[in-house]
Amino acid sequence: MNALTALGEALVLIGTFFYFLSALGLIRMPDVYNRMQTSTKSATLGSLGVIVGVGIWALGEDFGSVAWLTKTIVIAVFLLLTNPISAHALIRAAYRSGIPLWEGSVMDKYREHIEAKAKGEEGETPKEGGGE
Amino acid sequence: MIGINVYLALIAMATLLSMYRFMAGPTTVDRLVAVDIMTTITAGLMVLLALYYQRMILLDVALVYAILAFGGVIAFARYMEGGL
Repeated sequence: MNALTALGEALVLIGTFFYFLSALGLIRMPDVYNRMQTSTKSATLGSLGVIVGVGIWALGEDFGSVAWLTKTIVIAVFLLLTNPISAHALIRAAYRSGIPLWEGSVMDKYREHIEAKAKGEEGETPKEGGGE
Repeated sequence: MIGINVYLALIAMATLLSMYRFMAGPTTVDRLVAVDIMTTITAGLMVLLALYYQRMILLDVALVYAILAFGGVIAFARYMEGGL
């Protein structure tokens, strides 16, 4: 066993452990916003660990070549770019379809933003009319 | 060093916990979040099996699966929002 194999196995172990933690957060959190918060972040980190770890692990094996590391880095960059986009779309769909926040939540920045924007548009329209 | 069975057991436990949330989720978005996590875990599992069976073609399968899962989740989210 050489150093590349050991490093790849350690990365794969860390990644699968983060997979398990993300599924645990999916069970333990109280509402859909907190579940999305914990599980998407740690699942992205776990998949990065597993996929890049497999690429480094294959370099240390007999059949391995640099093409394994290249392909796994392509998959890892794709997952790193697309997981936040899908999480954002899902959580915006949850908010706009009217799912309420957990009763222990103390802050709702998105509603403040929407109210501020509506108030700003209401305030600007008479001022423009008055100026003309 | 440790053996691939440990990694497969951790992935199986994560998939079972996500499957529980998929079946018992109170709202539709809960089930969609569980599906999103399960597709991410499945892409990692395919890459791990590509190393186990020494088949490089499974890496391409994992990449195409990740692309299709991303499109599916985006389509479902747009449908939930009412824009599709």
